[in-house]
Amino acid sequence: MMTRIHAERIALVLCAVAAAAIGGGCGGDDAAFETGNMLRFGNGAEPQDLDPHVVTGVTEHRVLSALFEGLAGADPATLEPTPGVAESWDVSEDGLEYTFHLREDAKWSNGDPVLAQDFLYAWERILTPEMASEYAYMLFCMAGARAFYEGEITDFADVGAAAPDDRTVVVRLEHPTPYFLQMQVHQSWFPVHKATIEKFGGRTERGTRWTRAGNLVGNGLFMLERWEPNKRIVAVRNPHYWDREAVHLDGVIFYPYDESQTEERLFRVGELHVTSTVTPNKFDVYQRENPEILQNADYLGTYYYRLNTTRPPFDDVRVRKAFALALDRDDLVRNVVRMGRKPASHFTPPDTAGYTCQHTVGYDVAEARRLLAEAGYPDGQGFPEVTLLYNTSESHKEIAETAQAMWSQALGVDVRLRNQEWKVYLESMTQLDYDIVRSAWVGDFVDPITFLECFTTDNGNNRTGWSSAAYDALIAEAVRTADRDARFAALQEAEAILLDELPIIPVYFYTNAWLQAPEVEGLDHNLLGYISFKRIRLAHAAEG
Amino acid sequence: MHMTRYVVRQLASFIPVLFVIITLTFFLVRLAPGGPFSSEKALSAEALAQINAHYNLDAPLWRQYVDYLAGLARGDLGPSMKQPSRSVSEWIAYKFPASLELGLYGLLFALCVGLPAGILAAWRPNTWTDQLPMALAMAGICIPNFVLGPLLVYVFSLRLQWLPVAQWDGFAHKILPAVTLGAVYAAYIARLSRAALLDVLSQDFIRTARAKGLSEPRVVLRHALRGGLQPVVSFLGPAAAGIITGSFVVENIFRVPGLGTEFVKAAMNRDYTMILGTVLFFAVLIMLFNLAVDVVQAWLDPRLRHG
Repeated sequence: MMTRIHAERIALVLCAVAAAAIGGGCGGDDAAFETGNMLRFGNGAEPQDLDPHVVTGVTEHRVLSALFEGLAGADPATLEPTPGVAESWDVSEDGLEYTFHLREDAKWSNGDPVLAQDFLYAWERILTPEMASEYAYMLFCMAGARAFYEGEITDFADVGAAAPDDRTVVVRLEHPTPYFLQMQVHQSWFPVHKATIEKFGGRTERGTRWTRAGNLVGNGLFMLERWEPNKRIVAVRNPHYWDREAVHLDGVIFYPYDESQTEERLFRVGELHVTSTVTPNKFDVYQRENPEILQNADYLGTYYYRLNTTRPPFDDVRVRKAFALALDRDDLVRNVVRMGRKPASHFTPPDTAGYTCQHTVGYDVAEARRLLAEAGYPDGQGFPEVTLLYNTSESHKEIAETAQAMWSQALGVDVRLRNQEWKVYLESMTQLDYDIVRSAWVGDFVDPITFLECFTTDNGNNRTGWSSAAYDALIAEAVRTADRDARFAALQEAEAILLDELPIIPVYFYTNAWLQAPEVEGLDHNLLGYISFKRIRLAHAAEG
Repeated sequence: MHMTRYVVRQLASFIPVLFVIITLTFFLVRLAPGGPFSSEKALSAEALAQINAHYNLDAPLWRQYVDYLAGLARGDLGPSMKQPSRSVSEWIAYKFPASLELGLYGLLFALCVGLPAGILAAWRPNTWTDQLPMALAMAGICIPNFVLGPLLVYVFSLRLQWLPVAQWDGFAHKILPAVTLGAVYAAYIARLSRAALLDVLSQDFIRTARAKGLSEPRVVLRHALRGGLQPVVSFLGPAAAGIITGSFVVENIFRVPGLGTEFVKAAMNRDYTMILGTVLFFAVLIMLFNLAVDVVQAWLDPRLRHG
């Protein structure tokens, strides 16, 4: 009798599990929403937040550039400034003062007018030390901005931003900044809606509810309809946007898929119009079989190796040069890196705002061997064991193995490989606890200075221990100079020093590759990977 | 009552265990190189100082620890440092239901497939009805889910186009992730129930039942199954805890917005508060599951109640 009862109880337990599973499954599925004329956009990752003054990544920038608009926009093909909230602007003779004239019909998504004070409010907010904004430095070209951020001045009126009336913003710059207008497409310069921010928390509070769907008030072509973390962000037409007639799409759905293989599968079954990226293997397949779907655009980034110049053997410039010259970049890029990327014989990517470095570092094994012998290591004899460090990743590993083989073959040196998890690797690099380390730099705006200022002595991004007074002086001169030719001349000279002394070995220039459905039109390529959703249309969809 | 006392005593014993877990986690994550705000683009010293001050990371470590415990006492797990749009508690509340749902479906699949397979195998041992399900079970144990998942997607989503590739919306979206997650548990359940059934089937009362001329299905299903299920129930506790907390890979393949992914991401990002919050939450969950299994087993078997 006992066993019978217990069998029933066991059955009951199993049924309870089943019922819980079924019951759980009935939990609120999402209501359907319109997807007809909506761009389904693979955005790579989940945004950290949607507060323009908190976030740092490309992922967030793409969502924010749909929800907000700065004083000026940018042509997605050329990145030339286009009118934004400001319909026009004047620049002073010396290039140090910009006067923006705001359009009458610029509105927030709740219908409030966008006023000059909204910009000042936003800039004060991002520069306020307690906001702890990681991207505040983007505003440092504005007079007094850095001093305010570092607490040296406390009255924002002393910073070079003013609103003489509701429709005028005047910005005084610290130094000539040829890329100032282009920077207006970056979220750090976007206006924010004061009443909304302060309704949900303090002015400089992070992580309040103001960025939630239903709360967020923006001034972009779209507004935030829903935000389901790790599922989707839906942005729909903003009925108050001043240029709404020019917008083709009814909205954009951002999908946060950081697993590129899953993204590719979703693209294949038609659930995504655009992916954020494509894996090297899939790149080859699409290039062979569906080249019209594969997009590949030059990107403002350089993949390179840093050399630790503070300890032997790379404290000797001849050794650094030997390593740089012994690397066959053409071969490496063609056979290992692939993805249509370009071998780098200098640091700043070619044609960055019209600047292409004239000095190059080539491939010359004979010269490399001669230099190494001169440094005291003929045929690599007596060369200490050095380590090439990279963050754990299959592609970095392949590149490192190839470089290792090239150095071994050309110079007779033994290079060990070591990989570390991302944060550990960053720490090793920052502490100069490496011999050779994989590195990358992606520019914040299209100007050679964003690359070259990394290697000034005090720059936190130097991370090689290398220091050159002549280099520092040339960069400082370029920052002071307004004349384009004189400025570029100083930068050319600086980059020539960098490539002579080689604290770094450039490897390749990045490209941005993604998959794009044929019906997507008007998605232009540019160096920043900046996307103007205004221009995009879906060929099959009826215009709304 | 005896059982109530037992439960209360167990719950009380959780507190020191949790305290040790929090303390260890708190100091261990700080030993890992790098911090939440180290990045490829170096922050200036001023920016780093300000952001550290914002998150109380500039205080001495013991002070941060005391502050964290004080927050915990108030039920505050703190803000997420790398996903600041929501607090740690909000993230857990948002992410856990998907992990729970995925886990329950996985478990349901494991039971629905594993039990019948085990029964079938035990019914006629060492014939093909035994060997085939057991071979499949062995395969289920051996094939890792990061292989099984993409394989299922290839067949059922890309080739046959019956089921969605990924995402987490309707019921159809949940089938492949649940199967991928549950497969290995189904295999274990099949092997467990087969072994237990064979054991029971060799006992005297079964021989008696057969001698009385009862049909074989009746012998197996009505008489032997009772004993055969007990090990499966014991297995369900750890299995449920494992299945609900250990679904990181499956969540990643199918883009399930679950807590497993969040946990791993937090560790990679050195999102200290998020790591602590999820560790704490999972610890409580696993302890509760184990307690629940104890209670259920005692309820099933009176001998254990006084053990």
